[in-house]
Amino acid sequence: MSFRIVSIGGYVPPKVVTNDDMESLVDTTDAWIVERTGIRERHVCEMETTSDLAYEAAKICLERGNTKPEELDLILCATVSPEYVTPTVSCMLQNYLGATCPALDINAACSAFIYMLDTAEAFFMTGRYKKILIVGAERLSGVTDWTDRSTCVIFGDGAAALLLEKGDNYLVSKLVTAGGDNVIKIPNFNGNSPFYKREQLRPYTHMNGQETYKFAVKSMVKDLQDVIAKAGLTEQDIDCVVPHQANLRIIDAAKKRLDIPDDRFHWNIDRYGNTSAASIPLVLNELVENGDLNRGDLVALAAFGGGLSSAACILRW
Amino acid sequence: MILEKLIQLLADHAEVDASTIKADTTFESLGIDSLDTVELVMELEEEMGVELELDEKVGTVGELAKFIEGKIEA
Repeated sequence: MSFRIVSIGGYVPPKVVTNDDMESLVDTTDAWIVERTGIRERHVCEMETTSDLAYEAAKICLERGNTKPEELDLILCATVSPEYVTPTVSCMLQNYLGATCPALDINAACSAFIYMLDTAEAFFMTGRYKKILIVGAERLSGVTDWTDRSTCVIFGDGAAALLLEKGDNYLVSKLVTAGGDNVIKIPNFNGNSPFYKREQLRPYTHMNGQETYKFAVKSMVKDLQDVIAKAGLTEQDIDCVVPHQANLRIIDAAKKRLDIPDDRFHWNIDRYGNTSAASIPLVLNELVENGDLNRGDLVALAAFGGGLSSAACILRW
Repeated sequence: MILEKLIQLLADHAEVDASTIKADTTFESLGIDSLDTVELVMELEEEMGVELELDEKVGTVGELAKFIEGKIEA
């Protein structure tokens, strides 16, 4: 007992920041960014909050799924960049939609979309939930230091939502955590307690690029091989692979080590950058809108990131 | 031995003749950046079946070969 995907919707804020724009903000070049990451442009919020992005994506998703907000039994949102610690993005989304169901956020950084799929499956297994809305929504431009050329060129803003119903299309998954803060961290605000002695770290994304790359490539390869084997499939059986869009070179390095045909890997990092929990569903949304993803297709997803965390799954679309 | 293996991997990556790569050749001159270096170390790990944590900055082919030899002997 798991779920089937009824519909999907995606939304990015209209403002586009190109690599040329980045050149006038920090010491970088379009050539370096493209070579190093595969990114050419990203979308950035000017007035939109993370919840606003989630709302726009959710509206499209629910309309395509012919479902009213009142019919929802649960709203889950995955994000590391909520505008509030509380109320969560899922709470604000529930408010904007006029839904009446419980709502909670999930933070598993860039692996959160797949962690959220597993969480949704668990809720369906209780038998008490029939329709669940899941959303990956990020305003990473708010947790990035725009004076740090190694990180501000990578991240972008966006959201995508999926409507799930009871079903049997979530075939197999694997979640991995290797907890620690020495590779990736986004420190929080310490507060102004006169008693707290710890140093305030810069409240922006800190990332060791090389260690992240190594962890990401190894995880993606191992996790995908493991879920494919667990599902009793071969790498050739997978119709579509959507990896988390962290860096095109990670995807290239993983492709080399897998026997899945190259043209089955999909990405849009060149146009959206790394949108953390929104990255995988934004690719899925585009594939559906372009008619490149069809009912019955076997889809493998792989994600990796802060935590450190990684995850992979196979679902039938 | 490591140096030779590394030179061969680099020659494939950078698409140049292996004979043009020496111990003092810099990665920069080959158009190899720090992510490529991680990739190379990973390929060597896979080939040799060892874990190598690249925790130093290495600028030349010889420096990387020496680093790897040090890790294997340890």
